[in-house]
Amino acid sequence: MRMQVISIALVVATGIMSVMTMRGTYESLTWSQSSYYQLTRFADVWAPLVRAPVLIADKVALLAGVESVDTRITFLATLDLEGLDMPAQGRFVSLPEFGRPLLNDLLIKKGRYIVSGAPNEVIINEKFALARGLEPGQSVRAVMNGRARDLRIVGIANSPEHSYAVPPGALFPEDERYGVFWMSEEILGPAYDMDGAFNELVVRLSPQANPNAVLDGIDNILKPYGGLGAYLREDQLSHQIIENELTEIRINGTVIPAIFLGVAVFLLYLVLGRLIATQRNEIAVLKAFGYQDWEVGRHYLMYAMLAVALGSVIGAIGGIKLGEGMVNLYRQYLDIPNLFYRVTPSLLVMAVSISVLGACAGALSAVRKAANLPPAEAMRPASPTRFEPGPFEKMGVGKILSASGRMILRNIERKPIQGFFSALGVALSMAILVLGMFMFDSVLYMIDLQFRTIQREDLTLTFKEIMPDSVKFELLNMEGVSAVETYRMTAARLKSMQHEQEIAVQGLEAQSRMRRIINATGNEIPVPDGGLIISALLAKRLHVGPGDMLNVEWLEGKRLESRIPVSGIVEDFIGMSAYMSKRSLKQATGDSWVVSGAFLQVEESRREALLAHLKQVPGIAGVSSPELMLQTFYEELAKTIDITTSFLLGFACVIAIGVIYNGARISLSERGRELASLRVMGFHRREVAVLLLGEQALVTLLGIPLGCWIGYGLSKLIAGAIETDAYRIPFIADPKTYLIAAIIIVLAALASGFAVRRRLDRFNLVEVLKSRE
Amino acid sequence: MVESTEPVYHGEASQPEPVLQARKLCKTYQMGEITVTALQDVDLDLFQGELTVLLGASGSGKSTLLNIIGGLDVPTSGKVLYRDRELPTQIDRELTNYRRMYVGFVFQFYNLIPSLTARENVALVTDIAENPMDPAESLALVGLENRINHFPSQLSGGEQQRVAIARAVAKKPQILLCDEPTGALDAETGKLVLKVLDTVNRETGTTTAIITHNADIAGMGDKVIRMSSGRIVEYHENAQRINIDEIDW
Repeated sequence: MRMQVISIALVVATGIMSVMTMRGTYESLTWSQSSYYQLTRFADVWAPLVRAPVLIADKVALLAGVESVDTRITFLATLDLEGLDMPAQGRFVSLPEFGRPLLNDLLIKKGRYIVSGAPNEVIINEKFALARGLEPGQSVRAVMNGRARDLRIVGIANSPEHSYAVPPGALFPEDERYGVFWMSEEILGPAYDMDGAFNELVVRLSPQANPNAVLDGIDNILKPYGGLGAYLREDQLSHQIIENELTEIRINGTVIPAIFLGVAVFLLYLVLGRLIATQRNEIAVLKAFGYQDWEVGRHYLMYAMLAVALGSVIGAIGGIKLGEGMVNLYRQYLDIPNLFYRVTPSLLVMAVSISVLGACAGALSAVRKAANLPPAEAMRPASPTRFEPGPFEKMGVGKILSASGRMILRNIERKPIQGFFSALGVALSMAILVLGMFMFDSVLYMIDLQFRTIQREDLTLTFKEIMPDSVKFELLNMEGVSAVETYRMTAARLKSMQHEQEIAVQGLEAQSRMRRIINATGNEIPVPDGGLIISALLAKRLHVGPGDMLNVEWLEGKRLESRIPVSGIVEDFIGMSAYMSKRSLKQATGDSWVVSGAFLQVEESRREALLAHLKQVPGIAGVSSPELMLQTFYEELAKTIDITTSFLLGFACVIAIGVIYNGARISLSERGRELASLRVMGFHRREVAVLLLGEQALVTLLGIPLGCWIGYGLSKLIAGAIETDAYRIPFIADPKTYLIAAIIIVLAALASGFAVRRRLDRFNLVEVLKSRE
Repeated sequence: MVESTEPVYHGEASQPEPVLQARKLCKTYQMGEITVTALQDVDLDLFQGELTVLLGASGSGKSTLLNIIGGLDVPTSGKVLYRDRELPTQIDRELTNYRRMYVGFVFQFYNLIPSLTARENVALVTDIAENPMDPAESLALVGLENRINHFPSQLSGGEQQRVAIARAVAKKPQILLCDEPTGALDAETGKLVLKVLDTVNRETGTTTAIITHNADIAGMGDKVIRMSSGRIVEYHENAQRINIDEIDW
């Protein structure tokens, strides 16, 4: 009984651990996020624009629903950093001349705030500082608007705006070569000819504000100043990333604990039921002595409580450790200060209460039988089990089986519900493995598609400002460049009836080879001539399909409006995109042949020299390499995969072993006499083990395809549930995943079988046969 | 009561070789701090085709002796020889093979497999035997040819015991060991079972040993060995085996 209680306790512990870990991480993240936002007065609305005098901010402040407004200047600059192949960049954000920002303040981690009037003092973000080993007092050289400056770091800070700082053209943070710099507007303004002006506005909404109305109001005010479309906090990248993680944790934090606790309930029902069946006499004696039904019931409930108590202790300790580990992982890529795992009493109480309730549910049915057993009946042996050929035998399956085979089949057919739930337990452990591995399969597929199939360029250049298309020839003349394709990115507002969305429309070359439009199945969609290809998510938002017309308000240049058909829809996974040919984009915007950047193919042997040269080119805001991004991604992902896979493996094995071990132990207990008889008749240990464990083998074999089906379904469900502007999860069903999961489950089953086999081998035949049937 | 310290048989030139011999068997158990001696210096010979009745009260050591000669247990000291080959005491595989090939068991509480029919219970054994009887033939031998597709829960106690006997003899064992085969049965049914054992012994020539506490059964055997306190205290041969119907208990 000890091993059974322990195995159930482990299932309970894992359930509690998953609640403590996921729910605890969720609560810790939410708490830290909320307090971070409060401390820094995190804005609700952002409105980028080209340039406006600071007085315009007063107009915005008068809009209904606006509580406060702040303005700033923000630009990209090239950084001169050692030890890097690729040019490094800094996002420069202005700080008010006096005092702290009204909105989006910083939390100083080290050093101090800038002193008003002090030249070239900067504060940098913590991730960049850590990646570069920078400390207050050190200097960084930056090329700001064509002029090199030595900037003195006085402080290291965190900002919720840049928890997840992604360089332009990239998809992930690259802290070694991209940092955020805060600098006095007194210095930044003149450096970029922005004295008395601003190019970004942030707003805090009042509690009763109508956000869309405020956005419309801001856009109207900023339109003459090159407003690029205001957006809410939910579209702010760093906030989005955190919210996505919270959504994922919330989903997983519901599904996975439910699985574990469900299995624990089932096991308790099985084990207690068997225990009560073997103790009929003892129950009879207790009742004959005057014990009340509830007292007898309470006795057996204590076994369940023992498993829960043991599981709670292990689960709480394990959950805290795991939770700390999980939060630590988040701390590494989310720049949220004061992020640490918090154990609240309510969390602990919730986790244990759920387990206790579950345990009671599992135990109650079995315990009720004990409590209701009349003493006289309990003293009699239980009536023998009636066997008869089951449905499979009636179908003729029995004819092909030996007597031993029929024993296995009939035992399962005798208790079909128990057999089904045992198979379901195995299936759920298989499903957990499939689900976990599917996430990695999907992410790897997504990233591979993005960086190997869609992005075929060696380098992506982003220009500081739009340039004439003829820049292509200058780039081609650079040593090491073998091919160039230029592109245009233009901010636009796409509208269809009452639906609208701001997006950057990409204008690609008509026969673009380096940047392709590829859908989820890897098929290329040609760059359309005259229409737009849009992401499926964007189409869903706008309620449009192929052939529908969109009203496009161009937010840059001449700010014209056009009606453009939707030529096609691309099922993509990263970001939300809209593509046109460069020619069509030029015609629609009324601009001349201008471009925002270029894709380069480079000769490998000259790559280093080219990069060193590009660092010096003042017009280039950013250089990124899909290959490098892929490499960085794999390195980061590898760390996460190892940890997460180990946990998934552990969790799945706990369930599989719990179900199979307990099933086998109960079978051994019920059939001990039968199995001893077989040994007496001359069956070897191995042959008897096959008869005992054959049942569990069948349960496992049934559980595996069921688990594949459940895992497939859950994966599809979760892939569908995670749909954000930043990314979607493709649904990938890699046969290899299912095979690996099946092998792991089989190994777990074998381990359980081995443990029970040892017990069987130690059977004292004489003792077992002495007992009355 | 005769205390025997000598082997129960003195070899005579005309005596056939024993199928099974036990020499100076001792068996002790440790029950906490108490040492229980179940067998003391027991010698026993079982000859081909004979039916031997082992009599004794509860705790006399008769079941312990049966378990040891049947290969279910090992002695603390002494040896058991099956056709001059000593039974191993350490190797489970060899003991299992011994039981598998040469020994049939019948127990007080039948020990049938409840999920198998009568035929299937017998087939369990014939499937692993080298030269077995047909299960139907074995069941016919015990008079159950019309009950072969019934499950144990559909059979009476006597019928279940007869299935157990059929199962034990189906493999054509050299030795048939029966531990209180009528202990769970009423008198009439018990006599029926004894008749079956008698028939099986006579018709197949299987060396048979029946353990019982019921002295009335002693007359059905060729030999009667009485045990007490772990020793053989009396031995005699019946000039003639009695008719089972004459047994009255």
